[in-house]
Amino acid sequence: MGDIIEAFSTALGLILHGDPTLLEIVALSLRVSGAALALSVALGLPLGAGLGIARFPGRNILSALLNTCMGLPPVVAGLMVYLLLGRSGPLGALHWLFTPAAMILAQTLLVTPIVAALTRQVIEDLWEEYAEQLRSFGIGVWRAIPTLLYEGRFTLATVVLAAFGRAISEVGAVIVVGGNIAHHTRVMTTAIALETSRGDFALALGLGMLLLGFAVLINGGVEVLRAGMRRVGA
Amino acid sequence: MSAPENALLPLRFEGIGFEQGGETLLEDINFSIEAGAISVILGPNGAGKTLLLRIANGLLAPTSGRVRWATTVATARAASALVFQRPVLLRRSARANVDFPSRVRGIGRRERERRTARALAGTQLTELAARPARRLSVGEQQRLALARAWALEPRLLFLDEPAAALDPAAGRLLENAIETLRDEGGVKIVMTTHDLAQARRLAGEVLFLHRGRLLEQSAATEFFARPQSAVAREFLKGVALI
Repeated sequence: MGDIIEAFSTALGLILHGDPTLLEIVALSLRVSGAALALSVALGLPLGAGLGIARFPGRNILSALLNTCMGLPPVVAGLMVYLLLGRSGPLGALHWLFTPAAMILAQTLLVTPIVAALTRQVIEDLWEEYAEQLRSFGIGVWRAIPTLLYEGRFTLATVVLAAFGRAISEVGAVIVVGGNIAHHTRVMTTAIALETSRGDFALALGLGMLLLGFAVLINGGVEVLRAGMRRVGA
Repeated sequence: MSAPENALLPLRFEGIGFEQGGETLLEDINFSIEAGAISVILGPNGAGKTLLLRIANGLLAPTSGRVRWATTVATARAASALVFQRPVLLRRSARANVDFPSRVRGIGRRERERRTARALAGTQLTELAARPARRLSVGEQQRLALARAWALEPRLLFLDEPAAALDPAAGRLLENAIETLRDEGGVKIVMTTHDLAQARRLAGEVLFLHRGRLLEQSAATEFFARPQSAVAREFLKGVALI
């Protein structure tokens, strides 16, 4: 029991004094997951919106596929990127394996289906509600996409926050393609896994607390958005 | 009444029919709508009034017959607007809602500001302009939908049962706005209603529709004094029609 309490106080000390190792790990986590999120949003929002509006053969199959990919296990995403970037893989010449770039790619693969699938649902529902009204204004299908994205802005922002939560908290993908190399590819989740297995609980706990702190911030953000939605009657 | 010029009109329905799932919803509808006072399409629920407006506005294609304008279809559509019975308001402020369709049509900002201010004033919504549209009362929302169509400065405005969901006071406010629009804009208004009292207050002419057929088209005074069809006489007496 005393060990746990001591680990907690050491962990708090690391956070409060801004331990350089801890800060470095947190900064890389934010950089990798932030970049992956930006890519996922850039790809997933238009893809999901297009899929929510367009009607073409095979659309249902594509939607089902996307929904399935939402549950893609992180280690499998990591494995796929590993094969892609490995020495004999099609993108092996990039030498990205065990770099932050590989980690960004893996998390993008993991999170893009989440953004796209949830966006599709949001936009499909809005389109059903708005289609005839927009048509009466002379607005065609493609012009409707930015309008619907704006109309769904609060729900979609929640989607983006959820996607970030997924990226920053996963361990499987980044450990496979990043390798948890100190000062290079070590992020919060992989560091926690390593330090715990080594019995060094202070850093693991400190990172764990910060990770939980991010979760609290994200949920706070969702609540703010909910209030915004209520304000405009969405 | 002297009819003002309107380049879109007359609007002619020539043998319009509409079938869906083997059911005939409109049958051999023929009429001509001229410039001037408000044309009210009157009839009980399920007569096909909304369908008729959707076909006129080009949202639906008839299964037989044709709609003819005095101008090209594209010009007519650009110069007409439809206010739905249950309008879909955007999740934005009242003002942004009025501004939206004009912005989509590429009208310049200053011109849009002028139009938005005028439409909001005409519907008595100026003070509510900054409020989120979806937080307004049902009556205010209906007036906002009218303002939104108004700001497009259409030459022809279709209103589908605009006051169906409103209490008498809110309905009266809406009718005032419709009358303001009619008097100041020179816009031709074609509206549907099942509300006899409202038809009496607003109609210049009446098109009486029953079970997908147009039974008569006459001046409002004529229609209410001497309806030609037996069904219209029953309807005026308040007998429930099926």
